[in-house]
Amino acid sequence: MAEPHQHQPVHRALGLTDDELTAIEAVLGREPNHLELAMYSVMWSEHCSYKSSRVHLRRLPTEGARVLVGPGENAGVVDAGDGIAVAIRIESHNHPSAIEPHQGAATGVGGILRDIFTMGARPLAVMDPLFFGPPDDARQRWLVEGVVAGISSYGNSVGVPTVGGELTFDPGYAQNPLVNVLCLGALPVERLVLGRASGTGNLAVLLGSRTGRDGIGGVSVLASAGFSEAAADDTKRPSVQVGDPFEEKRLIEACLALLDEGLVVGIQDLGGAGLACATSETAARGRVGMDVDVTAVPRREEGMTPWEVMTSESQERMLAIVTPDNWPAVAAVCRKWEVRATVVGRVTDPVHEPGSVEPVGRLRIRDGIDGAVLADVPAASLADDAPLYRRPLAVPADLEVRRQDDPGDEPPGDCGAELLSLLADPSWVYRQYDHQLFLNTVVGPGGDAALLRLAGPGLPPSHRGIAVTTDSAPRWCALDPRTGTAAVVAEAVANLACVGARAVAVVNCLNFGNPEHPEVMWQLSEAIDGMTAACTALELPVIGGNVSLYNESGGADIDPTPVIGALGLVEELAARPPGIGWTAGSTVLLVGPRRAGPATASAAGPSPGTPAADPFPLGGSRWAIECRGHRGGVVAPVDLAAHRRVVDLVAGLVAETVAGGGGLLTGVHDVAGGGLAVALAEMAVGAEVGVRIDGVEGHAELFTEIGSRFVVATERPDEVADRAEAAGVPVTRLGTAGGDRLVVDGLVDLSLAAVAGEWRDALPHRLEGPAAQEA
Amino acid sequence: MAGGARVTAARVGVVVFPGTNCEHDAVSALTSLGGQAELVWHTAERLEGFDAVVLPGGFAHGDYLRPGAIARFAPVMGAVSRFAAAGGPVVGICNGFQVLTEAGLLPGALQKNAALRFLCAPAALRVTSSRSVLTAGVPVGTELMVPINHFSGSYVCDAATLEELRAEDRIVLRYVENPNGSVDDIAAVANAAGNVVGLMPHPERAVSELLGSADGAVLLRALLASAAGERAA
Amino acid sequence: MRFVARVEVRLRPGIADPEGATIERALPALGFDDVHGVRAGRAFRFEVEAADAAAAEARVEELAHRLLANPVIEDSEWRVVPG
Repeated sequence: MAEPHQHQPVHRALGLTDDELTAIEAVLGREPNHLELAMYSVMWSEHCSYKSSRVHLRRLPTEGARVLVGPGENAGVVDAGDGIAVAIRIESHNHPSAIEPHQGAATGVGGILRDIFTMGARPLAVMDPLFFGPPDDARQRWLVEGVVAGISSYGNSVGVPTVGGELTFDPGYAQNPLVNVLCLGALPVERLVLGRASGTGNLAVLLGSRTGRDGIGGVSVLASAGFSEAAADDTKRPSVQVGDPFEEKRLIEACLALLDEGLVVGIQDLGGAGLACATSETAARGRVGMDVDVTAVPRREEGMTPWEVMTSESQERMLAIVTPDNWPAVAAVCRKWEVRATVVGRVTDPVHEPGSVEPVGRLRIRDGIDGAVLADVPAASLADDAPLYRRPLAVPADLEVRRQDDPGDEPPGDCGAELLSLLADPSWVYRQYDHQLFLNTVVGPGGDAALLRLAGPGLPPSHRGIAVTTDSAPRWCALDPRTGTAAVVAEAVANLACVGARAVAVVNCLNFGNPEHPEVMWQLSEAIDGMTAACTALELPVIGGNVSLYNESGGADIDPTPVIGALGLVEELAARPPGIGWTAGSTVLLVGPRRAGPATASAAGPSPGTPAADPFPLGGSRWAIECRGHRGGVVAPVDLAAHRRVVDLVAGLVAETVAGGGGLLTGVHDVAGGGLAVALAEMAVGAEVGVRIDGVEGHAELFTEIGSRFVVATERPDEVADRAEAAGVPVTRLGTAGGDRLVVDGLVDLSLAAVAGEWRDALPHRLEGPAAQEA
Repeated sequence: MAGGARVTAARVGVVVFPGTNCEHDAVSALTSLGGQAELVWHTAERLEGFDAVVLPGGFAHGDYLRPGAIARFAPVMGAVSRFAAAGGPVVGICNGFQVLTEAGLLPGALQKNAALRFLCAPAALRVTSSRSVLTAGVPVGTELMVPINHFSGSYVCDAATLEELRAEDRIVLRYVENPNGSVDDIAAVANAAGNVVGLMPHPERAVSELLGSADGAVLLRALLASAAGERAA
Repeated sequence: MRFVARVEVRLRPGIADPEGATIERALPALGFDDVHGVRAGRAFRFEVEAADAAAAEARVEELAHRLLANPVIEDSEWRVVPG
C-alpha cells in the first residue's frame, strides 16, 4: 500500500470512514495509533467484516439435524454418518484473479484448503465456478487460460482433486471475472477442532512461510475497491500474493499430524488480514487475550514495519495454539515436514475493565515479547465489532421495463442450428485438473454433480457416498433475484438427485456489485430472501458462505451472481449411477411439469410486478440471450413443494442403481441451461446413441428452462410411471432412444456425429481457434 | 490375470517424498489386490524386508527445478538403487517414473506435454512387452484403459537409446493414441533386466469398476506376483 | 572470496521444445515476424564462496552438471564474476 496521501487523513487513506474512526476511538478511549488503525482497517473492511451484508444474512436458516458447525467458523461441518464429518466452504477470489489470473486463482485454492484443514479435515475435493466475458478477445482468453492454469497448477500439485465446477461466459463479466472456489474435506467426527485460543501462557506458534510484503493491505485494496480501467493493472499489481503449493502440501500434512497427535489446543489459518485476523479471531473466540511479539515473525524482506507484518497476506501460513509442554513435540513434527514453526506470542488472561460486563481479552502487539506495547486493542473489537450497515435498498429503475421485454414474442428459427450453438463440452477445462486423486471420484467433472466415495486417509470405513455441486443463474437473477436464487438452490438439489444423493446442506458465495448502490443491496436482499424460502421449503441449512461485493467496473455492476454449493449424501454407494446417457431402445421420459405453473404459496416468488404465467417462459434462458441477444422477460416460477416431490422421486430411483440394486433408469439428466434441447443432446452424445422425440409443441417448449424437470431413460417405463404417480409427480413420454440421429419431430433433425462434433469442438475452438486443434 | 496362489502377501514399500500425493492411493490399491503395502519416508536408508518398491505419483519437492530432480538425491534413493541392482522389482508411477529417469535408473527423460497443458484423462494403452515385473504374464497386445495425470509426461530419449529399447524389448506400454508427444508412443519403459519399470499412467486409479476401470489391476497384480516370486527366490 | 554465478540451462539441440515453439508461433501476431529460433530455458543466479575464480568456476560447473541441468536433455552454460 502506498503511503497515505498528504491531503487526506490516515484513516480515510486506509479506507475507514469518519464514523468508523469515531467508533474505534470509543472502543479504545483514545486516538488509535497507525498500527491500530491499519489493523482496524483490514478487519473492518467489507471483505472481513461483512458489514453491509450481515443484517441480511441473519435471515438464512442455519439449523439442521446433521449440522455440527454452522456459519461463522472457518467452514461448515455436517455429520455424514459412520463417524465421519464433512467440512465444506466456498469463497471468491474475484479481484485478485482479475489482476493476475494465474496467481489469483492459485491462491484462491490455497486459501480455501487452509479453511478446511483448519477444522481438522483433510481436503478431499475442490470445485470451481468460473465466470468470464465471451472468450472472443485475447484478454478474455488470457484470463481463462490463466485462471484454469492457476487452479490446475496449485490444486494438482498440492494434491487435492478438482472434481467439478461451472463455466459461464457473459459480457457482464468481461471487466470483472468471477473465480469462486469450493472445497470439501472429511475428518473423523471426534477430531473436529475450532479456531480458538485458550489457556493462559499457551504459545501462539506461526507455521509455514515467512512473511513478506505480498498482499500488504490486500484486503482493503483488492477486495473493497471497484475497478476502473486505468487502475486495473499496474497500481494494484504489487498487492498480489504468490502461492506455493509445495509449502501448502507440507503444511497440510504437518497440521493434520499435529491434530492427529492432539498436540494443538486450537488452530487458525492466515487469510485475509493475515496475522491481525488470525490472532484477534482466535483470541476473541476463546475469550482470552494475546500478546504478539511482532519482532519474532520470520520475514522474507528487510525493513518491514509492524503494520506490514500484522496485515501481510503472505500465503501458506497457520497459527497454532500450543501448550508449552507440547512445544518440543510440535517442533519435531514440523521439522519432519520441513515446515517452519516459530513462537510469536502467548495467550493472556482477559482483564476486568471498568464498564465491561465480562473480562476483556486484549490483543497486544509488542516489540519483543516483554518489550514495548505497540498496539493494544480488545481482540473482539477487531473480530466482531465492525459497524453493521443497513444500507438503502431500491428496486432498479429499469427492472419493470426489462421484465416487460419478454422473448416470448421472438419468432422461431432453425431450432437445430440454435441447439448446436448452445452445446459445449467443458473438458478443455477439467482435463487440466487432477480429478481422481484419493480414488473417490465415481462421477467427476462433466456430470450433473460430483459423486465421491466417503473415504480418505485416516477415515473410518464407510459405504456411503457424498455428492457435491455448484450452481448459479445470474441471468435469471438479473430479472428476478428472489426467484432466480430460489431456482439456483432448486437446481443444485436436482443435480444432486441425478447421482442419487439427497441434499443435506448448502453453502453460498454471493457475488454482487457495489453495496453503496441501493439497487445492488435490493438484489442482495431479494437473493437472500429467495435462498431463505428455498432452503426452508427444502429443509436445507445454510452452513457457510462468503460475500463478495464491489464486483463492478466503470460504474456498472455485474449481474447478481449468487452461487450455491450443495452437499448431498448417498447411503450406499456400490455402483455407478446411470449418468447422462441412455441405452438404445430405452423410453425417454420427462419427469416433472411439462408446463410452467402459476407461482404458488410455497414458491419463492413472485416478486412485485411479475406478469401472468406463460406455459413455456423463455425470459433469462440461454436461447433468448445467446441465440437472440434478448435479455429481458419473465423467468419461470419455482414451485418448491412440487420440486421436492420430483427430486425425492429421482434421487430415490437413482439411489437404487447406486446401491447396486440395478434400478429402473438407464439414464438421467436434469433440464437446465438450454432446456430440453440441450439435455437431450447431451444425453445422446454421452450415450453415443441417437433419439427420436415427438409431441414437442414448438421452440419455446424445446428451449424453456422451467425447473424441477429431468429427462430420464428407462427400459421399464410403466414402472417408472407408476412410481411417479404414487409420488404425485407428472410424467410425459418424450420418445425412444436409438439410431444415429437426434430428431425432435418437426423441430430438429441432426446427425449424432454433427451434434457430438459441435459439442466437443465448441470450447477449444473459441479458446484456441480451429488451427490450434491441428497442432 | 488371476493372482494365483498366495502363500504370504508380497510386502511393498511405497516411497514418500515431501510433495508426493498418490502414496495413499498406491497403498490402498495394492492392499485391495492382496498385497501388503506400507509407506517409506524419503529419509529411510534401508529397504530390507520389502519384496517390491513403488515410487508413487505426485509432486516430489513441488516439481521445482524439474520433476524428480531434487528427489533423486534423497537418502532412500541409494537404497532403491541397491534394491534394483539386486534384482528387486521397482516401479515408478508418473512422478516416480520421473524420479527414476533423473536418478539414472531408467533411460531417457520426461518433458512437458506437447500441448503444454496438464492432462488428466483415461488413456488406452497397449502392452508391448511381457518382459517386465509390471507385465509378466500379461499377453503382448492386451489393451488397458488406465488414467494419465501429468504435465511432464512426454517421453524423450536419443535415437541410440530408442533403438536399444526396441531391440531389447524394453518398451513395456505404448499409448494407442499418443496424448502428450512421447517418442514412439512410449508410456512405460523397463531397464535391461526388466525389474525396474517406469510408467506415466496411474494403474492404482483403475482398480475398481466403481471408479470407471479395473484394468490397472492387471498391472499391479503382475507386480505383486513378481514380488511374491522375489520373496520365494 | 565471493563470486556471483549465472547459469543458463536450455534444451539440447534436437530436443523438441514445445515452449519455445509456442512462443515463436505467437510472435508474428505481435509484430515480431523478424524473430526466429526461439528456445526456452531457465537461468539461475547464486553466490559462491571460493578461494579464487578457478575454484569458483569448478564448483559452479559441478552444480550445473549434478543438479541444475538434466544432461539427458539439457545443456548448461555459466559465467562467474567476483561479487
